[in-house]
This record gives sequence, C-alpha cells and structure tokens, in this order.
Amino acid sequence: MSGFDKVVHSYEEAMSGLTDNMTIIAGGFGLCGIPENLISEIQRKGTRGLTLVSNNCGVDDFGLGLLLPNRQIKKIIASYVGENAEFERQMMSGELNVELTPQGTLAEKIRAGGAGIPAFYTATGVGTLVAEGKDERQFKGRDYILEESITGDFAIVKAWKADRYGNLVFRKTARNFNPLAATAGKITVVEVEEIVEPGQLDPDEIHTPGIYVNRLIQSSFEKRIEQRTTRLSGE
Amino acid sequence: MALSRDQIAQRVAQELQDGYYVNLGIGIPTLVANFVPKDIEVMLQSENGLLGMGVFPTEDAVDADLINAGKQTVTMATGASIFDSAESFAMIRGGHVDLTVLGAFEVDVNGNIASYMIPGKLIKGMGGAMDLVAGADNIIVTMTHASKHGESKLLSNCTLPLTGKGCIKKVLTDLAFIEIKAGKFHLLERAPGVSVGEIIKLTQGELVVEGDIPEMQFS
Repeated sequence: MSGFDKVVHSYEEAMSGLTDNMTIIAGGFGLCGIPENLISEIQRKGTRGLTLVSNNCGVDDFGLGLLLPNRQIKKIIASYVGENAEFERQMMSGELNVELTPQGTLAEKIRAGGAGIPAFYTATGVGTLVAEGKDERQFKGRDYILEESITGDFAIVKAWKADRYGNLVFRKTARNFNPLAATAGKITVVEVEEIVEPGQLDPDEIHTPGIYVNRLIQSSFEKRIEQRTTRLSGE
Repeated sequence: MALSRDQIAQRVAQELQDGYYVNLGIGIPTLVANFVPKDIEVMLQSENGLLGMGVFPTEDAVDADLINAGKQTVTMATGASIFDSAESFAMIRGGHVDLTVLGAFEVDVNGNIASYMIPGKLIKGMGGAMDLVAGADNIIVTMTHASKHGESKLLSNCTLPLTGKGCIKKVLTDLAFIEIKAGKFHLLERAPGVSVGEIIKLTQGELVVEGDIPEMQFS
C-alpha cells in the first residue's frame, strides 16, 4: 500500500461522494475520449440537479445524453450541443439551462480553473451575445472580455494508460479536454484501459502527472463512433 | 454559372501557400483539402487537438480515438502532432494559424460575421468558430451569395447573432470573390459567366466595382 496508490476497484467507490447539485467537469469531444463508464455510474446513481461542464452533451443513448431522460442535469456549459432530440426538447422548454461558451474559451476556463487563475481576458466573443454582462477592456488598442475560470466538485476523465500513482497517458485525439478536466476537479476520477506499475511509464511520456488524480479505475470501453467516414483502399 | 461547392473549394485552394498551417471549417471548407496544389505542402489543424490531419481511413484503419473537429474518423499525416484543447486554441487565439476557412449565414460591410445561430430555429452552439474568427488574421468565408429565395447574404448589417465583429476581410461566394475594407464590399473576381450586374443585384450591402472585373480562373 502506498499513499500515492489511486486505484479503486468499483464504480460505486469511484463516484462516491457525488451528491445532488454538484458541478462536474467532463473530458471528451463528441463521443471521443468520453468517460463513458463514469457517466453510466452517475446515471445509475440517479444524482440530480447537476451542472455539467463539457464541450458537448453526447447523443440520445450514449455519453452525457444518458443523464437527460431522468432530468439529472440542471445546467450545462458547452460549446456545441443538440446532437440529440431530448436535449433540444429540454432546452427549448426551459427545463435545461444551457450556457453556450466558445470552445477555446471553455478549454481555457477549465485550464485556468485548475491552475488557480480566477479569470482571464480574451478577444473571443467580443461584440457577440457571449460578451453580454462581462467586463470589457482594451489592451494595445484591441477589445477583450473578462472570462471567469471554472472548477468542479468532480472531474471525470478518460485516459488510455495510467500507473497506479495516477500518472496518465492519453491516446490520439481522445486527449482533447481530458487533461484540462483532470486539473480542475476537487475530486478527479479517471478511468483507463490499462493500469501499470509505477516506473513502467517513461516520465517524459506522461501527459498528466498523478498529483491531479484522486481515483483511478480500469475498465473496458465501447468507444462509439459518431461519424464513421472511410475511403476505399487505393483511393 | 454559379460555382459548384467543389469549385468554391478549388478557388479557395489557390490562396494556399507552401508551409501554411490551415484550419478548415465544416462543409465546403472541408473540401478545400481535396484541391491542395500538388507542388505545395500545407498542414491542416483540427481544433479538437490535431495538427497534420490526414485523409479518411480505410475501413480496417478506422480508430475511434482519432477524429476531426467534425467528429469524422480521420488519419494523421506525416509529421502530425496531438495536443489538448487548450493548446489547440492557444494556437488559434495566438494567431499561429496562417489561414482559416469557414462558412457563414451572413457577412456585412463592416466585416461582421453571423454563422452559428438562428434564434428559434438553430441553437446548437458556436463550437470553435468564435475563437477562430477572433484569433486569425487571414480568414476566407465561403458561402452562397444569396438564399434560395434570392435574399442576399452580403448585407449592410448582419441580422443574426454575430460570431465575430469586424474580423472578416475576404468572402468567396458561388458568384464572386469579395474583399471587405473601409466599410464596403469590393468586387475582386466573378464566377465564370456571371455578370457584374447579377452580383450587384444580389449584394445588399454597398459594393464597390472598380474597372474590369476578371473571371475566376480554374486550371
């Protein structure tokens, strides 16, 4: 046993302490690199009134879309949504509060939150609906708006490999928002395809150091594809 | 004749230069990748975290962990790199991308662009478009010049919620290549067989036409 050993052995344990009305930051882009089993555990648990921070909200029967039918999400902060019918219905009826946030601003809000920076200025969104109610200031003759950072009660993350100490390696574009989310949760829970012993990952190859990770669980993944596009060989 | 989607992409591709890092939006902009001149190299940036996007995979090479910003399965080109979303938008916001090509519903004479929301109808979100238009200096907007009902999309003032303010300088439509400067549209080129008169008729915002307007050239 080591105080640095982050491995837990059940999904119940992985998400223990999650209660109604908490804020969860989730990694993933579309359905790529989403913490699919942790989301299913939240669905099983039935926690409600959640604020979700995630680039997208899954599809009707997969990913964060699973939390919609039982109205578990109160508010979502996302850059692109509406790949599912139930989401659109709840948004239009006002049951679901949607805060549309530019993708780069969302990424930076989470990065800043994890890095202890409360707010930052960006040119993104100046002169648009996004700027409404926000402080504006000029630097070197250009207009910027003040955006506040985000932290979560929980962060849920999908990585490829980890060692028991929670050092993480991501795979291809499944990285996306995951390393950012990992830094910004009071409790960061990571699910991975493979867990190795400390020392077996090359320190130079680690994308997210274990200091950010509280709980780690190994599982298998469906990895559903949203837009399967192919070419014929030789094309 | 109005340009086809492929011809619009082909004309945009003529603006590419060897060594350019390029971000292509969803729709017609994506097609630009098919017309990169053989004698130059460009690297495509996909804002979910891939620089050096390759062609679509063959069926046996499909990888759920490798997609583009349109959520399509893709491959990586030689020399590609992978990074997280904050790094991706550091590249975009920091002005490191040489050319951004994206679609729009409307643009206006002040370089404003509306491309992400039709209140009451389409509210899916801006994705990375607001960051892209705010961060890039060199942007080409591709769009049809007018709606199917003949309503101009090149306006004196955008009517839809803006994606960005005062950030667009070049627009390529199915009828014309247009520059925006000093609060006016300027006609640079016209689609083969399309008259200046037709373009004027379908441009609601003030359009400056100076001298003979050449036809676009396609090799």
